[in-house]
Amino acid sequence: MTELLRAVFVAPFADMAGNMPFLIEVLIGGVAAGLMYSLVALGFVLIFKASGVFNFAQGVMVLFSALTLVGLMERGVPVVAALALTALTMIALAFAIERVVLRPLVNQESIILFMATIGLNFFLEGFGEMIWGSNVKKLDVGIPDTSFMVRGVQVNRLELTAALTAAVLVAILAILFQRTKIGRALRAVADDHEAALSIGIPLKTIWVVVWSVAGLVAIAAGIMWGAKSGVQFSLSLIALKALPVLILGGFTSVPGAIVGGLIIGVGEKLAEVYWGPLVGGAIENWFAYAMALAFLLVRPQGLFGERIIERV
Amino acid sequence: MPATLAERPIQQAAPASEPRREPLLQVEAITVRFGAVQALTDVSMDIHRGEIVAIIGPNGAGKTTLINVISGFYHAQQGRILFEGKDRTALKPYDVAALGVARTFQNVALFRGMSVLDNIMTGRLLKMRGHFLLDAIYWGPARRQELEHRAAVEHVIDFLEIQAIRKTPVSRLPYGLQKRVELARALAAEPQLLLLDEPMAGMNVEEKEDMSRFILDVHDEFGTTIALIEHDMGVVMDISDRVVVLDYGRKIADAPPDAVRADRAVIDAYLGVAHD
Repeated sequence: MTELLRAVFVAPFADMAGNMPFLIEVLIGGVAAGLMYSLVALGFVLIFKASGVFNFAQGVMVLFSALTLVGLMERGVPVVAALALTALTMIALAFAIERVVLRPLVNQESIILFMATIGLNFFLEGFGEMIWGSNVKKLDVGIPDTSFMVRGVQVNRLELTAALTAAVLVAILAILFQRTKIGRALRAVADDHEAALSIGIPLKTIWVVVWSVAGLVAIAAGIMWGAKSGVQFSLSLIALKALPVLILGGFTSVPGAIVGGLIIGVGEKLAEVYWGPLVGGAIENWFAYAMALAFLLVRPQGLFGERIIERV
Repeated sequence: MPATLAERPIQQAAPASEPRREPLLQVEAITVRFGAVQALTDVSMDIHRGEIVAIIGPNGAGKTTLINVISGFYHAQQGRILFEGKDRTALKPYDVAALGVARTFQNVALFRGMSVLDNIMTGRLLKMRGHFLLDAIYWGPARRQELEHRAAVEHVIDFLEIQAIRKTPVSRLPYGLQKRVELARALAAEPQLLLLDEPMAGMNVEEKEDMSRFILDVHDEFGTTIALIEHDMGVVMDISDRVVVLDYGRKIADAPPDAVRADRAVIDAYLGVAHD
């Protein structure tokens, strides 16, 4: 018994203290993975914040944008032009979604909108593969997946780039939400549709804006994940990894998506490396969900989510 | 532009004898149905510039439906709405808002996650000509514009005496103050026509007196044309120039308060005074 307690509560921490550079490497890996999750989670948060819709298709939007980018590059379009075209595609997609999916369903229950996004999910998946094919594609954006050493610690170039991209995106989004006219309108729509209409905010414009921004965030996530693990169908499943991030961070908070991503990323890396051997490894696959579940019991609204107070 | 809000001359109600004065708003024979329910039947009314019109009637008479049609939330199956003489029947709520019609809701509709100040600032969204990038770095014209709008909003805040709660999140305010903030947001838009759906519902006597005073002050100082739904007959008689009475979706009276009070049909339908 004492053996077991020692193995769970003492030995891992002794290991951490024993090899500092390695611990730092693990932490950096965790932060990088976490920010990659955050990139995906951000897309969810944007749409949920502005329309109360949980967009099931966010993962497929990541896949679709990556497919479009790779497809264009394979046909000889230069990187910058391909990026611009992909961005235009995602914006066009936002217009189409507003017109075909959201507008006819305005004022419906959010569960109905949620189901509509499930339909959108399957449509986009099929549509993407129809146009660009279903082979695994390599996405090369000119950032090598290699490491360099800083004071005895390995740093991966691709992960570093992803981390910086996520940081820049978050800063831009925070400014967009807090400082601009559009940001104020977005927050207004998220709070109360009727009141927003009454002060002259056109809902459809706002929806096009948020879905466009979510599409652009999907491109960033698609590039980073695509460069890491190839552009293929399984890319859309990273949306599932964003779920625990959302539960931790709260569905309505941009900073929450970042902090939640970091906690999940670092948490699962630490668990895998230091506690994994105890149960034969592969903790990384389910640890995030276990954390989310535990978190739900204590703080269902998430770290930064709005507290739900029912007035009786 | 704060100057217009602060210095707009008091608009005198033009004498009634002025020939062929065009009403600000004309509601022409509108009918609204929800499935089998006939919410409004052939209702016509005018609202003239500078008037305070009260819309009264029993619960379910169609008062809120009428406000919703005027503000573009509902659309009439028959009839027309004219604003400044132009047909505005099919406009959406945000287009109506852009024409200069502001409203409040029966159940307070504020942005609960925002402070009082931010809520009132949203009332000026239509007046802002923002450039996204300039906004983002808060520079030059964007900064000047933000300050101008802030000044206009501060004027409204002073006017409605809510200086002390500027930074408070609206969800923490008591109901009466929330209603006042909602009025402030509507005023910040500098509307030509202000629609108030039960601005005094659920208020105590003192709060009602405050709200009545604010409505009259708004009318006097900005010359705003006001249409309001209200149940308290004392308030209605005190502040309105004209009273429109609805019953079962039909208009049964449209006259100055004193005449309405004496009207037999109104007494039967709504006031419930015993016949002698």
